[in-house]
Amino acid sequence: MRVVIAEDLFLLRDGLTRMLEAHGLEVAAAVGNPDDFLAAVTAHKPDVAVVDVRMPPGYTDEGLRAALAARREVPGLPVLVLSQYVEQLYARELLADGSGGIGYLLKDRVFDSAQFVDAVRRVAAGGTAMDQEVIARLLTRNRGGHGAMAALSAREREVLALMAEGRSNAAIAARLVVSERAVAKHTASIFLKLGLQPSDDDNRRVRAVLAYLND
Amino acid sequence: MSRQSTVQGRALWPNVPLAWLRRRVTACARGVVLGTLALAEAIVAVPAAVVAVLARLRVGWVLIRPAVLAARQLAGLTRRLADEWCGVPIAVPYLPLPAGTGSGEQATSRRRRKWLLDDPATQRDLLWLVVNPLVGAALAGGPAAAVVYGIFGLTLPHGSTQLAGVTPLPMFGIPLAVAGFWAAPWLLRGYGEFTRSLLAPTQQAELTRRVRHLAQTRTETIDAGAAEVRRIERDLHDGAQARLVAMGMTLDAAGQLIDTSPEAARALLNEARDSSVNALAELRSLIRGIHPPVLADRGLADAVRALALDNPLRVRVASELPGRPPAPVESAAYFTVSELLANVSKHASADQVWIDIRHDGGMLRIGVTDDGQGGANPDRGTGLHGIERRLAAFDGVLVLSSPPGGPTVVNMEIPCALSSPKTSSC
Repeated sequence: MRVVIAEDLFLLRDGLTRMLEAHGLEVAAAVGNPDDFLAAVTAHKPDVAVVDVRMPPGYTDEGLRAALAARREVPGLPVLVLSQYVEQLYARELLADGSGGIGYLLKDRVFDSAQFVDAVRRVAAGGTAMDQEVIARLLTRNRGGHGAMAALSAREREVLALMAEGRSNAAIAARLVVSERAVAKHTASIFLKLGLQPSDDDNRRVRAVLAYLND
Repeated sequence: MSRQSTVQGRALWPNVPLAWLRRRVTACARGVVLGTLALAEAIVAVPAAVVAVLARLRVGWVLIRPAVLAARQLAGLTRRLADEWCGVPIAVPYLPLPAGTGSGEQATSRRRRKWLLDDPATQRDLLWLVVNPLVGAALAGGPAAAVVYGIFGLTLPHGSTQLAGVTPLPMFGIPLAVAGFWAAPWLLRGYGEFTRSLLAPTQQAELTRRVRHLAQTRTETIDAGAAEVRRIERDLHDGAQARLVAMGMTLDAAGQLIDTSPEAARALLNEARDSSVNALAELRSLIRGIHPPVLADRGLADAVRALALDNPLRVRVASELPGRPPAPVESAAYFTVSELLANVSKHASADQVWIDIRHDGGMLRIGVTDDGQGGANPDRGTGLHGIERRLAAFDGVLVLSSPPGGPTVVNMEIPCALSSPKTSSC
């Protein structure tokens, strides 16, 4: 699996490269600014890109903008965005095109390299990896009686939250200590209640997460 | 050509007069009320003038306060009417009551007398009281008097009766009535301007007030800044710094154990890692409190949107900002909205909040409305006063309306210019 890394701090860029290579991933390019990043993804067509939000020249959200631009230039390019802080607003913007292959994680998550590499692989495979903090802040909101979310049961919302983190049905079943069949039943019910047709099965999980973030 | 103008005239005729007439009739009626009021002021003016003269002669101290306060009442009423009826807003010029109370009843009442008597606005109030029954009454009541005079000239048998010692003649009275009627709105406006010339703060008083305001807000801003720096220092010292020290010690212990007891060393390393995660989380929340990243990245509107997304209430944000306010204004506005939202969640038992952000007339205007129970009182908590102080540093103001039963509406305005919109790459 080939990866392009965009991170302006040398220490972190180097650390990320070494960590991904240690887990058997190939780092095609590691760059330090948005322009080089766009050039690298068009040249290398990687399986996944790992991008820091804050990058030169303005050190605001150039990385996020570059990630969205890269997905326009290389349609379907899976992107994992890293940041020192996470915002629901940015999570929505990343997921807005509904095509999946999006991760949005706190930089702290690289401390657990096994889990982090797992997230990179999930995103490369077209899944989502939303940071637990995004999900936790969603859960603090009062979602009593508005939007399509109101129709979901408490358990279904739990399943959806784990789905947003990017967990597979098997992982969700293990976390909630239920059978995988029970989880499959919940996910089917979630898709039904959110009006997501079975025909676009590939993206249904992503679109359910998007509906969740947008509620 | 002429045909066209007749057509135009015909088209204009039914449109113009109603509003035109209404404006003049209203102006005449208001003039009558204001003129009568001006004449009635003479009742206060005479005793007040006497008291003022006596005060100069150091006699009749006891009468000063009631006389000055009565004059202020009248002047206040006139200011309000000048604003509402004549369209001439007039600022209140009086000095604030000096801070610090004297010991004992005697000292306090002497201080108050001095405060009232030394205020230049008091002298101007008295001057106005004396002049207004003449000039004000003539300006305000003039149009109505002219109309009445002219109509009397028509209705009275020619040459048989005199009005006010003069025999009104139709050839003179009708033009006078028409002129008075026609000029009524301008004379009403003139009355407002005349009132302003005496009842508004003088330029010196205005500057004095401004300097006092600036000195006060500067002190408050410096104090608030210093307190904030102390808080940050304490948070860093007790939080991230302490955790890094602990981490260093844990790593050292792990290093010593790594040969003899690798399992224990591994446990210590895990502990150090968790400690670094916690230190990062603390730094993150500290940074959010100093300057939220979204505010730096995207500006006020998106930062408030992000705030809304994290809020347990249903918050709708509408914004119309063609550029970005200066960073300090943005930051003050952001933390104000954040504090208002926290207040709503804590006290209002609301379901919905609407936030409206606009910039027009050189002002950043933000409205925060909730559908809660209302009854918010700035005097009960320090929260709203803190917000007012924060805004005062930018000459910003906050208006709260919170009737019992709701809704609560908070409107704030901060004068500022917008920078040109940032060109974005996507």
